[in-house]
Amino acid sequence: MGRIADAFGQGHKALIGFVTGGDPDLGMTERFVLAMAEEGVDLVEIGVPFSDPIAEGEVIRAASERALSSGTTLDGLFGITERLREKTDVPIVFMTYFNPVYKYGVERFSMRCDRAGVDGVIIPDLPWEERGEFMEARGDKARVELISLVSPTSAARAEDIGRGAEGFLYCVSSLGVTGMRRDIGTGIADVIRTVKSATDIPCAIGFGISSPGQARAMAELADGVIVGSALVRIIAEQGRESEKPLREFVRSLRAAVV
Amino acid sequence: MTKGRYGQYGGRFVPETLMSAIIELEEAYERLKGDSLFAAELDDLLANYAGRPSLLYYARKMSDDLGGARVYLKREDLNHTGSHKINNVLGQTLLAKKMGKTRIIAETGAGQHGVAAATAAALMDMECEIFMGEEDTERQALNVYRMELLGARVNAVKTGTRTLKDAVNAAMGEWSARMKDTHYALGSVMGPHPFPMIVRDFQAVIGREIKTQMLALTGRLPDAVIACVGGGSNAIGTFYDFIGDEGVELIGCEAAGEGADTSRTAATMATGSVGVFHGMKSLFCQDEHGQIAPVHSISAGLDYPGVGPEHAWLCGTGRARYVPVTDAEAVDAFEYLSRMEGIIPAVESAHAIAYAIKAAPGMKKDNAIVVTLSGRGDKDVAQMAQYRR
Repeated sequence: MGRIADAFGQGHKALIGFVTGGDPDLGMTERFVLAMAEEGVDLVEIGVPFSDPIAEGEVIRAASERALSSGTTLDGLFGITERLREKTDVPIVFMTYFNPVYKYGVERFSMRCDRAGVDGVIIPDLPWEERGEFMEARGDKARVELISLVSPTSAARAEDIGRGAEGFLYCVSSLGVTGMRRDIGTGIADVIRTVKSATDIPCAIGFGISSPGQARAMAELADGVIVGSALVRIIAEQGRESEKPLREFVRSLRAAVV
Repeated sequence: MTKGRYGQYGGRFVPETLMSAIIELEEAYERLKGDSLFAAELDDLLANYAGRPSLLYYARKMSDDLGGARVYLKREDLNHTGSHKINNVLGQTLLAKKMGKTRIIAETGAGQHGVAAATAAALMDMECEIFMGEEDTERQALNVYRMELLGARVNAVKTGTRTLKDAVNAAMGEWSARMKDTHYALGSVMGPHPFPMIVRDFQAVIGREIKTQMLALTGRLPDAVIACVGGGSNAIGTFYDFIGDEGVELIGCEAAGEGADTSRTAATMATGSVGVFHGMKSLFCQDEHGQIAPVHSISAGLDYPGVGPEHAWLCGTGRARYVPVTDAEAVDAFEYLSRMEGIIPAVESAHAIAYAIKAAPGMKKDNAIVVTLSGRGDKDVAQMAQYRR
């Protein structure tokens, strides 16, 4: 079994944390990832900064800009992943828009993921219908898994997407872009039920989960929860002093997600 | 290959949440495009509301002055709302209405598409919200007021480069949050399938009319058709009916800004490379890491780092030729046409005029070229005056 599968086999619901790579710089990202892993996050998503992150709300968009101005590149992120692998086995997944991957070369990207210890990749602008190009270029040459997404509007397609999914299924909680929401509808629950009737792929819910209470409620609907903007906001506010508040927040999430 | 491909280009690279909306749109369009009632309704709007067919005008003074090919102007500037954008917007708004949508959102650069969308929404009783880069709301303030006058809400987009690209990002984000009652009326032949196809089909009326009008006026097809290219909707509309006519050269004029050899440019064909952005695989101005480049053009409507996938394909196959035109050349052409023919072109369209001014003298007197005048220049007058000061 790969590391991603391990994340969902811990006897509790999986807690997934997201930080934007290179915000405020690569060295800090390395420390934040390690801190989150130590506080019990089961899987870490590292966001690859992009000039035009169309699925992101204000918080992650701003983090992306900070990371780009600190000079963050894919190679830099592979570099810190390699260093992290000397210290932790926490599953690491890159979240990136397709263009940086395409420009890097999908085959080269996949093989570099394997070498660096990146277990999966989430590409929000590469929907199910367009994943063929990635899958062909990666082929059997690399193990890195392409994480698919479903959303409350996936209805008719959710079953197919679930059946062919790798790693885990990223279940988008609600319409719109990423970011904290006070209320999260239950539309995604129906989609998860559809998926679960067809396959046993682990399902994790993300988008808008910003408090331990929300994390607990969402975890009941799925196999795990993803917290992004709420963590990134701590970094936006505390910058280089974020490690301690990140640890405290992750600890509170961990206590809620059981 | 997946749906909506032009060679390797096109496709639909959008977040999962938007997939259902673009599939719904594709199915509705496939259902309605063969529907004679829909066609009749749209034709009626185009004829009696937009004022089609638009004139094909023989620019005699300009032709004599240049001393080469005869120059004809396809007068899209005479359409209601002052540009070709109304062709697409009437089609899409009618389509949205048939789909049961009650709200139209749109991005706009120069404001021409936003004004057209606000107009169609007013006419067809739809709510309307426009996304416009903050920088563009400043350089095209008059159009902001026009949109508001027409009942639309204008959102100044403050992210990124605060121009057209960022307006598209914001409109896509808004659509992904609210699609049940909302249609995103994309303004150009770009974005995910089916937009490049739908917008092209609604703009193809330009080229069809040119063909009929040239045959009636001269008894033969033109030697070249010329249009400016940002996303590329007036150009694809101009080209589409001529793609099979090998004798007709297709020439797209892209915005070179301060020069295609400088970083202050928006010349995608000349300086871009293959990438995937805004829902499509196409050519984009980007850096070695795949970050989309901040581009520059004096014209807000051409200030875009990508180009529609069908243009990338036509460029790749060599069927169409794309030439860079600088800010300075466009401003010269803006003034030239105003004085020579008494026609003030949009600064976007002035890019096409600029190339005609360059190319016509080298052609024979029995050659004929058609330049699509995609819009009128009233909106640009203040900015051009400032440029000259």
